[in-house]
Amino acid sequence: MVLRYLRDVVTLKLDTSRCIGCGMCVNVCPHAVFRLESRIVTIADRDACMECGACAKNCPTSALSVQAGVGCLTAIIRGALSGGEPDCDCSSGSSCC
Amino acid sequence: MSSEQTTKSPSNLVVLGSSAANGGDGLSEASCCCGPTRIIKVIQHPLCVCQPWIAGTLEASLRTVPVAKTKLQLRDVLGGWKVRWGIGRMRYQIAPGLYAVGQPNRESPVLVSANYKLSFDCLRKQLGGLHAWILVIDTKGINVWCAAGKGTFGTDEIAGRVNANRLDEIVSHRTLIVPQLGAPGVAAHRAKELCGFRVVYGPTRAKDLPAFMAAGMKATPEMREVDFNLLERIAVIPVELMHWAKWAFLVAACLLMLSGINKGGYSWNKVSSTGLLAGLVFLGTWLAGTVLSPILLPWLPGRAFSLKGLWLGVWLLFGLLAFCPILRENWLSVIGWGLLIPTTTSFVTMGFTGSSTYTSLSGVRREMRRAVPLQLIGIVGGIAAWLAGRFI
Ligand code: SF4
Ligand code: SF4
Repeated sequence: MVLRYLRDVVTLKLDTSRCIGCGMCVNVCPHAVFRLESRIVTIADRDACMECGACAKNCPTSALSVQAGVGCLTAIIRGALSGGEPDCDCSSGSSCC
Repeated sequence: MSSEQTTKSPSNLVVLGSSAANGGDGLSEASCCCGPTRIIKVIQHPLCVCQPWIAGTLEASLRTVPVAKTKLQLRDVLGGWKVRWGIGRMRYQIAPGLYAVGQPNRESPVLVSANYKLSFDCLRKQLGGLHAWILVIDTKGINVWCAAGKGTFGTDEIAGRVNANRLDEIVSHRTLIVPQLGAPGVAAHRAKELCGFRVVYGPTRAKDLPAFMAAGMKATPEMREVDFNLLERIAVIPVELMHWAKWAFLVAACLLMLSGINKGGYSWNKVSSTGLLAGLVFLGTWLAGTVLSPILLPWLPGRAFSLKGLWLGVWLLFGLLAFCPILRENWLSVIGWGLLIPTTTSFVTMGFTGSSTYTSLSGVRREMRRAVPLQLIGIVGGIAAWLAGRFI
């Protein structure tokens, strides 16, 4: 049973002209969003993206951009109350590592 | 573990650093040290070897490095339970710096970890029989994933720790194994510029580390992917229970007190009969929502968490209507509970977007824009209808 979140909502963008096919984004993505095809990367499964920002941060040519953040109800509420960005206060995530 | 027997026992070599020596790492030694100690050597981190999870120390490049045990003891496990239930969670940290497992040498791999003790425990317990260095960086006692999101598990902190611990003197290679879950905070190509060490992302789960290293630091696609399996979903229940507990009790207390209101004024009899039950029904709804929604998550219909929670609430409502006649007191009470129960479970389920490992910020924002106004109407309308029912 694969868990999927909302469709057509993520902010992930790929500028193919800048991609050098290094495969770093394929390595860091925890949801197998990218596929490396003939020395260039494509977004194969866009809706699986959780906007963690790992790919954009590790792309050496800045071919990727994503509005990264934590998809967390409490963080958004906390952020809204303090008038700023979502603020994550969790020090214990689901996976402990 | 043979490696633990060969290292010196803590009692005959006492190492105690002063926090001044490393610029005050925010970890007070007072909390970790016991009895009078003889200072033999000052090492870089304010570490007391009488920490029970330290097996001993080893000498490397004229330095003393603490060796961590690779078996968790009862108190590590209990400590893990305590933080999951939110007791003293923020203090569950260890001193940043260099540690060892087994008997590492100049060729041994270097693993990077956060200074949240649960993260560190999770790592070391997988390293039995291996020889490795562990570079613990200062994430303010927050786990790798959350710290990477905040940026405290970041390129600068890693490079800074590598340089401060003069890692280039300890090992001959120039590779760091960074947990893949730390990648949102780390730019691998920048780390190389800052400290000369190449970053290789390890698997998302520490238990795959031995296989990853045996395969020459190659991760399979499965090691790269994060899922949200049943055990992980169950593990987040306590955090979520503690998180909303005081609000749930507050609402239950309100229902209890409001139930005394009726045509004839205020009746304490009503409070102790219907009120008590109303409060219990609400608490039960909250508890059932928090426990069942993560467990049933893949099977609840819909993609949005609020929708999944709504379904759970509807099923719960029918169950409760069938078995608790008190909810069927009159038609207004039925409407009231009909709104209150699904709304509560819907909201509670939405809370799990925080601990789930696949929801995006944009997605949660969109979901909240639609769901929160409806949930507010549901809760206010539900209480109003139920209250109106008191006058029939
Ligand atoms: S990290 Fe950047 S350059 Fe490398 S494959 Fe991905 S998009 Fe292309
Ligand atoms: S933001 Fe994270 S989940 Fe989305 S594509 Fe990039 S690495 Fe994958």
